[in-house]
Amino acid sequence: MPKTDSLQGSLDLLVLKILSRRPRLHGYAIMTAIQDMSGEVLRAEEGSLYPALHRMEESGWVRAQWVVKETGRRARLYELTAAGRKQLAAEESRWQAVTGAVNRVLRMA
Amino acid sequence: MSLWSRLANVVRGDRLSREIDEELQSHVEEAIERGRHPDEARRSLGAALRLREESRDVRLITWLDSLRADGVFGWRQLMKNKVASAAAILSLALGIGACTGAFRLIDALLLRPLPIDHPEQLYALARSGVDPEGKYGTFDGWAYPDFALMRAAAKDQADLVAVSYSERADLTYQSDDEMEKAYIQYVSGWMFGAFGLQPAAGRLLTEDDDRTPRAHPYAVLSYDYWKSRFGGDPKVVGRTFRTGNDLYEIVGVGPERFTGTEPGTMIDIFLPTMMHPGVTRPDWTWMRTLARVNPGIAMEPLRAKLDATSRAFERDRANGFHGMSQKEIDEYLNHPLVFLPAAGGESDMQSGYRMALVALGVLVALVLLIACANVANLMTAQASARAREMALRVSIGAGRGRLVQLVLVESAWLALLAGALGGLFAWWSAPLVVGMINPPDNPARLLLPADWRVLGFGLALTAAVTLLFGLAPALRASAVQPASALKGGEDPHARRRLMHGLIAVQTAFCFLVLFVAGLFVATFKRLSDRPTGFSTDRLLTLETVTHRPQSPVYWNQVAEHLRTLPGVESVAVAGGALLGGLGWNNLVSVSGAPPNGIVVYLLQVSPGWIDAMKIPLVDGRDFRAADTYPGAALVNQAFAKAYFNGEDPVGKPFEVVFSGGTRLHFEAVGLVGDVAYNEIRGPMLPQAYFPLQSVDAKGTLEARADATFVVRTSTANPLALASTLRREVPRAWPEFRVSNVRTQLEIDQSHTVRERLLARLAFFFGIVALVLAGVGLYGVLDYSVLRRRREVAIRMALGAQAGHVARRVTSNVFVMVIAGALGGLALGFGSVRYIESLFYEVRPTDPQMLALPSLIILAAAIVAALPPVIRAVRIDPATMLRTE
Repeated sequence: MPKTDSLQGSLDLLVLKILSRRPRLHGYAIMTAIQDMSGEVLRAEEGSLYPALHRMEESGWVRAQWVVKETGRRARLYELTAAGRKQLAAEESRWQAVTGAVNRVLRMA
Repeated sequence: MSLWSRLANVVRGDRLSREIDEELQSHVEEAIERGRHPDEARRSLGAALRLREESRDVRLITWLDSLRADGVFGWRQLMKNKVASAAAILSLALGIGACTGAFRLIDALLLRPLPIDHPEQLYALARSGVDPEGKYGTFDGWAYPDFALMRAAAKDQADLVAVSYSERADLTYQSDDEMEKAYIQYVSGWMFGAFGLQPAAGRLLTEDDDRTPRAHPYAVLSYDYWKSRFGGDPKVVGRTFRTGNDLYEIVGVGPERFTGTEPGTMIDIFLPTMMHPGVTRPDWTWMRTLARVNPGIAMEPLRAKLDATSRAFERDRANGFHGMSQKEIDEYLNHPLVFLPAAGGESDMQSGYRMALVALGVLVALVLLIACANVANLMTAQASARAREMALRVSIGAGRGRLVQLVLVESAWLALLAGALGGLFAWWSAPLVVGMINPPDNPARLLLPADWRVLGFGLALTAAVTLLFGLAPALRASAVQPASALKGGEDPHARRRLMHGLIAVQTAFCFLVLFVAGLFVATFKRLSDRPTGFSTDRLLTLETVTHRPQSPVYWNQVAEHLRTLPGVESVAVAGGALLGGLGWNNLVSVSGAPPNGIVVYLLQVSPGWIDAMKIPLVDGRDFRAADTYPGAALVNQAFAKAYFNGEDPVGKPFEVVFSGGTRLHFEAVGLVGDVAYNEIRGPMLPQAYFPLQSVDAKGTLEARADATFVVRTSTANPLALASTLRREVPRAWPEFRVSNVRTQLEIDQSHTVRERLLARLAFFFGIVALVLAGVGLYGVLDYSVLRRRREVAIRMALGAQAGHVARRVTSNVFVMVIAGALGGLALGFGSVRYIESLFYEVRPTDPQMLALPSLIILAAAIVAALPPVIRAVRIDPATMLRTE
């Protein structure tokens, strides 16, 4: 099965979900988490991850904080906000509705 | 929260970029740590610049950010050409400041509504008519009995309020030694209620305070006077003061911003109309009538009703007139009543200065336009130097809109800086101009609030100015064709056409300003040079009052005492000072015939008055100590012309016909030269002077409570004697007090205050306009020489003479200057007739009035053209062609 770069608008959902399980991740960790947890099937395009994170930050779903890692480098860690939790619930149910509908179509046809 | 952070990110845009870069960098490093190849990691992240921009756009308000970037860029651009920018800002600031200052004055005097409830419902009643010269005019003075009838007639439709013309009165709070001046206004007691005003202390007058003549000695102080005279002391309520023979009790203080109904005069004390000496007189028009019309009332039926009431009153009164034909009476009655909108109050200063201020406003607006044209030319010239930059921006994808914004933001910088400076200028200059209105001892006072109206005007003006000079260069810059501009082949003529057009406009406006300024200066000069018939040299006038009326014998004794003082040359007594607000007139009958309708102007004077005033005695003799009123009279030459066909009237009798029909007999004992009576303009009036000593029907001397001492001093500065004279008058006779000391020169000059103001300001702005237009011309010529130096060099290399080169370089511009001057001339002829009433004995068509601005502009153009022409002629073809 070929790897797909296209997450079809579900990048926000994945990022929110991952942050809800594992708070305080930096961008690279979020990306690898998507990869690992999807069994290497899904891959966030590295370029689109950061604008998406920044957009979610402006929307108030996530907040970010600079920390200094043991290597001395600074990294920006993200975590979910209360608004983000609500957004995650909404996106999740939307996703369920859509995939359920698609599955029904696949079964019927 | 989010909007706020996006707003905040605009301000800290650099930091934001750094943070985004750092985050991306940390991503790459993380990837490398995990064993990925650095190049691969970077490649899969994508173009860092694009990512950064994308993230930036998410995290801030993009249009604001681009505006900020343009702002920073525009500021750098201004700083690059510090001298040019400073010149542009200064000239714009002068224009904006002058316009804002003029607006402040016009607003405060004419536009701003009175601080009362529903000022838009307020009207002033006036009679309208056509004067002997055929000009339409209105007269807003009313007699109180007439007012009372009209008030009753209009009861259900409008509330009529009587307000006297403000007057400057002498008053004392304690002893008579501390006499001071204050502006008083007699107002209807119900005015405060009708205007919805609340007291700041005590109470205000009511209808109950204004019912019976002379029965309500109560006064209300204005807030401003309360603060300045009493420091806002609440205990002032209940205090008393004396003015004239009446003792008033202060009952309260008016609301903060209410300064009376006459913009230009700030009333200190309000008194009930019933305390005015003329309140029962049908023939004394001492007050205005304001009408507060109820909402929804049709104006015309109300006007017709009031007109009918007032006309009936006047007809009754005219029945008592003697010596007037029916035709004259009809003419007298035929002055229809009109409503004048009075939301902004009603005052002499408004009517006297309305046109003058508007004319000044137009002049300063023209100056601002000249400054705008200058800056537009400057920007256009700079834009040509930046054509390549613009082309580059277009080629890498900048939209036209962004380019327009870029140039406009730069213009806005100029305009904002100029607006701020101009605001300071307006703040400083407007009170200065108000101070120049009216003579120093009787200054015009105007509340000049710098509130949202003025601020809004200033901001709107700044924005308008930005568009005015910035839009054309901005559009031009955005229309750049990258292909041709980058090759350096942009059409230079289009740009030059715009610049030359602006030169013509500038010249036209400059001509107009100079032309009008010339007319104002000539008006002032002719009025000041006009002979008054007497000498003002070292002449002092002492307005003097007495506590109780005093016999003429004592007045003469005081004059005698003053004559003994060192430094005093001569002293006389008169009913008032010439040109100092005299206004006593009546009709004359010669040998029993009915009066010929020409009015004679009268003044009572003591013996020696004509000597003290240096008025020539043409025939007969001066008054003697024994002459009395009625009896002897001095008459002037205009009098002889008006009533004796120019024959010498000395020794002949005549009668003065008073309005009640009384006739008094006089014999002309002397003929004197003509003098100005109450007016510097206009022909010399027929005048008769009577002895100061009046006797009544029984032959006893009548006492008087006020007169003016005329003192000719021998010191160069007559005012040096003022305090001595002030002191010596009560020393001669304790009942006497000097209430005001003025030089006769000051009185004369008070008649040309408006003309002096207009002449000074117009002269100043004329110079400013000339300098601006000259600088503009210089700039354009300099630019065009710079652009054409290759062409000039080639021509010179081919043998062109210096004169030829100079002509070639300047001919276009001079054609524009001449076209502009002609345009200005046409504008001038078209517009000055609207302000003709501001001129005195000057015609716009006088050749010298036209020649002067033309010559000045030509001279300025030559001076401005000289440096660029010299530079063009000095171009060395060899060097120039080699460097190019």
